[in-house]
Amino acid sequence: MLSKHGVFERNTWLLSIGILIVVAIGGIVEIVPLFYLKSTIEKVEGMRPYSPLELAGRDIYIREGCYVCHSQMIRSLRDEVERYGHYSLAAESMYDHPFQWGSKRTGPDLARVGGKYSNDWHKAHMTNPRSVVPESIMPAYPWLAQRKLDVANIGEKLKTQAAIGVPYSEDMITNAAADIAAQSNPDADGADAVKERYPKAIVANFDGKADEVTELDAMVAYLQVLGTLVDFTKFDAAGPNLR
Amino acid sequence: MAATTTSEEMSAFSDALAVLGAAIAAILGFYVTIYSTDAAMKFHGAVLGVGAVIGAIVVLNSLSSKGGERPYYHDGPIKFAAIAAVFWGIAGFLVGDIIAWQMAFPALNLDLPWTSFGRLRPLHTSAVIFAFGGNALLATSLYVVQRTTKARLFGRWSPWFVVFGYNIFIVIAGTGYVLGITQSKEYAEPEWYADLFLTIVWVYYLIVFGGTLLKRKEPHIYVANWFYLAFILTIAMLHIVNNLTLPVSLTEPKSYILFSGVQDAMTQWWYGHNAVGFFLTAGFLGMMYYFIPKRAERPVYSYRLSIVHFWSLIFLYIWAGPHHLHYTALPDWAQTLGMTFSIMLWMPSWGGMINGLMTLSGAWDKLRTDPVIRMMVVSVAFYGMSTFEGPLMSVKAVNSLSHYTDWTIGHVHSGALGWVGMISFGALYCLFPWLWKRKGLYSIHLVEWHFWISTVGILLYITAMWVSGILQGLMWRAYDELGFLKYSFVETVDAMHIPYIIRAGGGALFVIGALMMAYNLWRTARGDESIDLEDQPRVAAAPEIRATLAPAE
Repeated sequence: MLSKHGVFERNTWLLSIGILIVVAIGGIVEIVPLFYLKSTIEKVEGMRPYSPLELAGRDIYIREGCYVCHSQMIRSLRDEVERYGHYSLAAESMYDHPFQWGSKRTGPDLARVGGKYSNDWHKAHMTNPRSVVPESIMPAYPWLAQRKLDVANIGEKLKTQAAIGVPYSEDMITNAAADIAAQSNPDADGADAVKERYPKAIVANFDGKADEVTELDAMVAYLQVLGTLVDFTKFDAAGPNLR
Repeated sequence: MAATTTSEEMSAFSDALAVLGAAIAAILGFYVTIYSTDAAMKFHGAVLGVGAVIGAIVVLNSLSSKGGERPYYHDGPIKFAAIAAVFWGIAGFLVGDIIAWQMAFPALNLDLPWTSFGRLRPLHTSAVIFAFGGNALLATSLYVVQRTTKARLFGRWSPWFVVFGYNIFIVIAGTGYVLGITQSKEYAEPEWYADLFLTIVWVYYLIVFGGTLLKRKEPHIYVANWFYLAFILTIAMLHIVNNLTLPVSLTEPKSYILFSGVQDAMTQWWYGHNAVGFFLTAGFLGMMYYFIPKRAERPVYSYRLSIVHFWSLIFLYIWAGPHHLHYTALPDWAQTLGMTFSIMLWMPSWGGMINGLMTLSGAWDKLRTDPVIRMMVVSVAFYGMSTFEGPLMSVKAVNSLSHYTDWTIGHVHSGALGWVGMISFGALYCLFPWLWKRKGLYSIHLVEWHFWISTVGILLYITAMWVSGILQGLMWRAYDELGFLKYSFVETVDAMHIPYIIRAGGGALFVIGALMMAYNLWRTARGDESIDLEDQPRVAAAPEIRATLAPAE
């Protein structure tokens, strides 16, 4: 049979086509079903798109390369569930373009870090991690508190996400910039509207600075929402959790 | 007479096309510089624009300096890529070692955005994989395809565009990470505009490589070229699918990936694992299949084994991605498929290792006398070791311990430093005297030093990572007698300190070895008289001048 292999060795086109067919199969079998299997596309009650401030924070999380040291995927193993909380569901990252599951835990998993620490703790930790965790080897991010958050294109960002399937409504897109200001200022008029558009959104002056919205506001808002949207006292892995 | 006119017309036509292409790239680049709202993207537009202008000047300059016999093989772009490989190699190893020290001493992050670990780590991985590895693959593939087909490279300016354009992409990608432009998909971090540019370059690479195969003067396509072709085609497929993204606007770098969550995770690791399988394995196996037989002056051990392991390797590799996602929200059947195919992959991997090692049959004494051969053989041994360790780590039970820990980092580096690094060093030590028509390397004894220093460095690196990875994995799952988790997370971080210092030390040795290589290759290319020619095998000399040398003892 191997003597027939000469056909491929004498014809560049045949060799190329042979290679393309052989390398296409695995990906097709493993990737395509994920777009229609129930276990990978089912919705779970509580999941919603990120609020504009959380999304801006997520963009900063990506920009600073946080994913290279922090996972956001709790595996279904006893010690992980005890350390971090309920194992992660596929639905919990359904609005994550791209996903942030990570591949390395130089630092702890962040899938359910929301609500574990206070805003003040996060502020101190981001500015100098060793001020709150002496053995930490995390870099300090002092510039986040100093930089004003760029909100000029937040509406465009929501619109782009809507175009690829994240259910941002017209209302959410129009109010994107206003929602950023409102979510970072508990005294603002729009605070209730933010909570209505984005249930469970935390409205707070995250960085402690009253006058301006900084990158730190966005980053902490993002960290505080992670893993908080699904109510696991009501979640039943075997039962229907559809909205 | 008619034929000459046609060929002159052809070359004038390709000159015109090249200038036109450069002009379009320059306009596009400067357009981005003027209209982008983002400072980093403006800079990237300027990089492209200036690069295109330089390209156009080079083309136009060649018009006025015609004449002289043109050599049969087109080696200019290969020299460029070979030098670039050495340069980026040192840059990439150095950044890697810096971030290794940062993990031991976090103050080295300097509290600045541009020097913090999260931005430098993609710079390191891209610099070593795509800049060092990519240029080594470009240089060797374009060299090998010419020599094994006895045909000159296809295209007049296209090969130049491929190597020059590829390095422009590297600069755009690398500076982007430092300035905070990334889409956060590991080993595919560059944003949409850099991806688009790379796609164009890659299509040209395929055209140049495939075009040369099509006009070959040998009836058969040599085995090394099968691997290079599979590498080029598959990387094109992976790159396009994994980078499907929607930019927020055409004047800003930010985009959002089309897929999300579990679909995106599967696509990413289908890409990620096959960047290993096709960029770092198939491509470098192509290198092995040319340079080991050439240097050892022995034929490839088994033709049949190369057929079987080629097709089974490229078929099985594609399935292995889900082993990066064990116990996650990815469905179990996909995880099990990934594990099963990873274990099966052990066999074709060792098929390649056996074929490489056994090529030394009847020439094992060369391991003692020629450090370049020894480097390549040890690299194949590292390939065998890491392709055994990989399937082991893909077993779900093992992976539950090893995943998320430094064990993975150690595994990657035994493949990257040991296999990819060493086989490339061996190929570069062959290529420099051959390309620059020298009698041999400037110093073979320096190669000996390089070999030992980097081997010790690699061993320190991977043993430190075994210790820290397995230790951390065990600490995470340790329970005390009352049934509570025994260690807090930060206690496990604290336990890594000494292994991190040892790892960074091992990395430093590897950098020192690479610097010795750069010095050696620079002196070789410059044409300095070799200081130990009598200790070098005859095959170290360029093929064209071997006959004129005295026969080896």
